[in-house]
Amino acid sequence: MRKSCLALMVLGLLGPATAIAQSTDDDAARAERWHELQQAIFGDRTIGDGTGIITLDAPQRALDAALVPITITTAADRNVTGVALVIDDNPGPLAARVRFGPVGDPGFLALRVRVNQYTLMHAVAETSDGQLHETAKFVKAAGGCSAPVGENEAASLAEIGRMKLRLQGEAVAGAPVEAQLMIRHPNFNGMQMDQLTRLYTPMRFVQVVDISFDGAEVLHLEGDISLSTDPVIGFRFLPGALPGKLKVMVRDSDNATYEASFDVPASGS
Amino acid sequence: MSSRPVPHPLQLHRRRVLFGGLCLCCLPTRLRAGSPAGFATEEIAPGIHVRRGVDAEAAVENAGGIANVGFIVGGDAVLVTDPGGSLADGENLRAAIRRVTDLPIRYVVMSHVHPDHIFGAGAFRQDNPAFIGHARLPQALAQRGAYYRERLEAVLGPGRAGPVVMPTLLVETATELDLGDRAIRMTAHGPAHTDNDLSLFDRRSGTLFPADLLFVGRVPSLDGSLRGWLQELVALEALPATQAVPGHGPARVDWPAGSADLKRYLHTLVEETRAAIRANIGITAATETIASGERDRWALFDDYNGRNVTRAYKELEWE
Ligand SMILES: [Zn+2]
Repeated sequence: MRKSCLALMVLGLLGPATAIAQSTDDDAARAERWHELQQAIFGDRTIGDGTGIITLDAPQRALDAALVPITITTAADRNVTGVALVIDDNPGPLAARVRFGPVGDPGFLALRVRVNQYTLMHAVAETSDGQLHETAKFVKAAGGCSAPVGENEAASLAEIGRMKLRLQGEAVAGAPVEAQLMIRHPNFNGMQMDQLTRLYTPMRFVQVVDISFDGAEVLHLEGDISLSTDPVIGFRFLPGALPGKLKVMVRDSDNATYEASFDVPASGS
Repeated sequence: MSSRPVPHPLQLHRRRVLFGGLCLCCLPTRLRAGSPAGFATEEIAPGIHVRRGVDAEAAVENAGGIANVGFIVGGDAVLVTDPGGSLADGENLRAAIRRVTDLPIRYVVMSHVHPDHIFGAGAFRQDNPAFIGHARLPQALAQRGAYYRERLEAVLGPGRAGPVVMPTLLVETATELDLGDRAIRMTAHGPAHTDNDLSLFDRRSGTLFPADLLFVGRVPSLDGSLRGWLQELVALEALPATQAVPGHGPARVDWPAGSADLKRYLHTLVEETRAAIRANIGITAATETIASGERDRWALFDDYNGRNVTRAYKELEWE
């Protein structure tokens, strides 16, 4: 945890080209870092092998380090109650922590994150018996955290709090509906420099997202600076009856809150 | 998900020591066999000399000479139009100038922040020229310069990238300078290829230097704004230019005809990305399909297209 990000990153990029296997440091150092992070995030709880319980999909090599799409899926029959995503070598490693409510579906969660250097990512599931289960992926990407503040961030600041919801297909009562929530928010991580003022833009990020359907909780997400500009959350929910309303409350680290409500029509209507 | 008190995320933040904006744009991702080390320029109009860069990533074999660079000779001074992709590339360019003229090298234009265009600037410090850049170039260099240098040294070897040279003369909108009976118009553009693109126009020969606002043959890289780039191309087409020197591609192309492929690619990105967003096709799937009809038309397509799509998607999904 003490090593400078820059030093690690530079080492990792020596001979970047052919050496796909090049990594910033050795497996032992990575294991030690993950151990430290486990302690910091989950305390003394043991974390078991998540094979068969949780999977993490992430690109081996990110196309754009400031926007790395990841997907976490969990087994339907394992009573998963929440998941956490940890990007070990990022500043702010705990990217997101999600608790699923009674009408949330823990089976699927998609996020977009920043990746600052070649790193292990861990996804951890908690099951209703209180046990933790992990899976990991190694991702090659660098620079996502200090990508300059440009047009995109200016546009998202101008529209901060605007939200969009996209439903995948038609909603049917009693069946899981896949949705994508888009939140306009620059999610400044304090490492980006403003092009005009030359000052580092102060940290301001989405801290909490609460989603409910007709008053029942879908999910509660705690975010951090590792989420990309304009956070996007893919999730599933289980509407008991349709039509209904999906409500979203977002709170950021400046304590600003934003709310939105989306109609979910019954299929065929 | 846990009943234990959760440490606030801020307590977990690793030390924030990063400086350089660590964008991977135009950076070498793969070593390739490049061209021979020979440095040849071509006189595309009286007094305008261009070295065609190879369509490859920076490598020892090409000394980082992958962009089109050159110089304009006026009545009493020389202007360098991009100093090259490494210190050695810049030194080679300077030697090429001295084979042509003894006039002082008064201006070195740095068209934008990408390393393949500007790391040769250190070779011209001895001439004490004005280093000219877009008003947003200093910030971009402050963020990314050190990182670009590390990446380039990793490819070319220690000490071989060249120093990060800051511009000394900034262009906010547009300005003109005189090389002695040869006026050069310089225009600072809105976000397009990058957010700090500077173009030149030599009225005497009708030659436009759009730098990386024009890619020919080598797949474009998007590091600014997709819609902005298309807008800036429209503005450039209105100039009374008859030929242009692409940032990558042949030493010269007819203008504005030479932008046809680029515009087709950028329009394809816009249209297919919008269609994917409308059809709820996710960003990962989008990167695998969008603009794939362009694959056979460009060198290095697979090295850049996916990232271009990601950027396009991010820009267009909020329309
Ligand atoms: Zn460029």
